[in-house]
Amino acid sequence: MGMATSSAVSMQAWTCEKIFNAAHTPVSAGCLTAGADPKRNTSTMTMHVIPRTIVKAAAFIAALAPLALLAWNFQQGALGANPLSDITKETGIWTLRFIVLTLIVTPFRRLTGITEAARYRRMLGLFAFFYGTLHFTTYLWFDKFFDVHDILLDISKRPFITVGVASFVLLIPLALTSTKKMISRMGGKRWNLLHRLVYVAAAGGAVHYLWLVKVVARPQILYALAIASLLGYRAVGAVVRARKQPPAH
Amino acid sequence: MHKPESYGITSSDITSENDYRNRRVFMKQAAFAAAGVLAAPFLDRTSVLPAQDKNSWKPLHAGKYSTTEDTNSFNDMSTYNNFYEFGTDKSDPARYASTLKPSPWNVSIEGLVKKPGVYPLGDILKGQSMEDRIYRHRCVEGWSMVIPWLGFPLANLIAKVEPTSKAKYIQFVTLFAPDQMPGQKEGTLRWPYVEGLRMDEAMNPLTLLATGLYGKPLPNQNGAPLRLVVPWKYGFKSIKSIVAIKFIDYQPQNSWNMSAPNEYGFYSNVNPDVDHPRWSQAKERRLGEFFKRKTLMFNGYGDIVGSLYAGMDLRKNF
Ligand code: HEM
Repeated sequence: MGMATSSAVSMQAWTCEKIFNAAHTPVSAGCLTAGADPKRNTSTMTMHVIPRTIVKAAAFIAALAPLALLAWNFQQGALGANPLSDITKETGIWTLRFIVLTLIVTPFRRLTGITEAARYRRMLGLFAFFYGTLHFTTYLWFDKFFDVHDILLDISKRPFITVGVASFVLLIPLALTSTKKMISRMGGKRWNLLHRLVYVAAAGGAVHYLWLVKVVARPQILYALAIASLLGYRAVGAVVRARKQPPAH
Repeated sequence: MHKPESYGITSSDITSENDYRNRRVFMKQAAFAAAGVLAAPFLDRTSVLPAQDKNSWKPLHAGKYSTTEDTNSFNDMSTYNNFYEFGTDKSDPARYASTLKPSPWNVSIEGLVKKPGVYPLGDILKGQSMEDRIYRHRCVEGWSMVIPWLGFPLANLIAKVEPTSKAKYIQFVTLFAPDQMPGQKEGTLRWPYVEGLRMDEAMNPLTLLATGLYGKPLPNQNGAPLRLVVPWKYGFKSIKSIVAIKFIDYQPQNSWNMSAPNEYGFYSNVNPDVDHPRWSQAKERRLGEFFKRKTLMFNGYGDIVGSLYAGMDLRKNF
C-alpha cells in the first residue's frame, strides 16, 4: 500500500473519533464516506446558540412523532378500515424515509458546510433500524401470526419480501456497531467498510417498494430516484478520489 | 321473484352494525393491549357515523343468495376501496370521487343483441325488481368485506336486450372522463377500464348489476350509478360506473390482465390454491377482524358456480 492511501485511512480513523468524541471541535470527514478529503472540512461552523443536547433531544422526540401519531390514530380508530395494514405501511415508509435522511447527512454537510449535521447521522440511522424493526414485527405478527412455515415460504417465494428481509438484515450489524466503542474497536477503516452496507440496504428498500405495489406510481419512483442520486453522489465521489490518488504499488 | 320463504334469513339474523361495532372495538382493544403499547380508554368511531347507517337498515329482499354473516359498516365500504380512476390509494376514491356526475347517465348496449342502443339509466332499470344481496367481497390484495348490495340480476337485463346466439362473452366499459375521474390523467392503467365475463358467468343468478349499498344509492366512490358485482371473483372483476355493455363472440380483454398478464387472468376466480405471484391467496383479512381467515374456493360460492368451470385447469385459467 502506498503512502498516500495509508495516511488517508489513518486520517479517517481519527476523524471518526472526532465526530463521536470531541465536544466542540469542528467535525471532519464523514465516517461513512471513506477517503474523504479532510481539508474541505476544516471550516468551522458554530451552531451552538442552542445547546446541542437540547437540539438532539428535540430531534429524538421529532423522530418518534410518526410512531406516536400512528399509535394515537390507531387508538382513536382514525386509521381507517384496515388499521393493521396501515401500520405495516406507515412503519415501512418511515423506515425508508429514515434511510434516505441518513444518506442525506453527508452530502448536506459537504454542500452546506454545516458540519454539525454529522452528529445526527447515527441517530437517524438507528431510527431507520427502529422503524424497520417495527415494520418487520407487524409483518411477522399481524400478517403471518408468527407462522414460521408461512414466513419462510413467503421469504423464498416473494421477491419483494426477500428483498425487504435482506435489507433489514443488513441493517442489524450496522445498528450493533453504532457505538463509539465499536468504532474504536473496529478501527475507522473496517467500520467504514461495514457501514457501506447501508447503501445496499437503501437500494433494497427502494426495490422492495417498487415491487410491492400493483402499479408503480409517483411515490415509488420518487424514492427510487432519491436513493439513486444519493448513491450516485457517493459513486462519483469515489471515482474522483480514485483519480486524485496515485495508484498504490 | 322469490317467494317470501325463500328469502331465507330474517332481519334478526343479521347482526346490527352497532353490535358489530362493539365487537370491533373490543377486538381493537385486544389487539392494542396485546401490542403492549398502552391500555387506554377507546373512543368508538360509531359516534360520528350517521344514525341511518347504524341500526335502521334492514334488508328488504335478502334472498336465498345472501350470506348471514355480519356485514361491514357503510363506513368501511365507502372509505376503503380501489377505484384507480380516482387514485391508487384506497382512501383516494372517497376523497376524490365527488367530481363524478352519476346523473344523467346513459348505458350503451352494443354488439350481438337484438335491441342495441344508448339507454338512459332509467330505461335500464325499468321493470327490474331490486333486491338486497349480502355478498362476501374478496379483494385480490387479500382483504375482504361483507357487503349488502342493492341491485338486480344481470341475467334479467340480458333477457331484455336479447343477445343473439352468437354472443359468447360480454365486455363492460367504465366511463372515460378525466375531468370527472382525475386518476385517468395518470397512466396507471389503460383507460377506460374494461372487464369481461363469459356468457354463462354473466347469466349466473349470483351476478348482479348493483345500484346501491345498504339500501341507498351507490356512493360515487363505489361505482355509481351502476356497477357489476361478481362475488366469486376478485373484486377488480366487479367493474364500476358502467357506460357500455357489449355482446361479443370472443374473449374480451380486461384492464388488469392487460396491465400484468402473469398476475391477473381473465377468470380471476377467488382461489386459495393459486397464489398471486407476489402474495399468497390462502388467507384473507376480513376488515374489522384481527386474525386472518381462510379464503374459500370461489369465495364460498362453489356450490352455485363450481359447475361453470368443470373440467377446466384453474391453475392455467387463473
Ligand atoms: C429496510 C427494510 C425495509 C424497508 C425500507 C421497507 C419499506 C417499505 C415501504 C416503503 C412500504 C410501503 C409503504 C406504503 O405503501 O406506503 C413497505 C410495505 C411493506 N413491507 Fe417493507 N420495508 C422493509 C423491510 C420489510 C421486511 C423485512 C418485510 C417483511 C418480511 C416487509 C414487508 C412489507 C409488507 C408486507 C408491506 C406491505 C405491502 C402492502 O400491503 O401493500 N418489509 N415496506
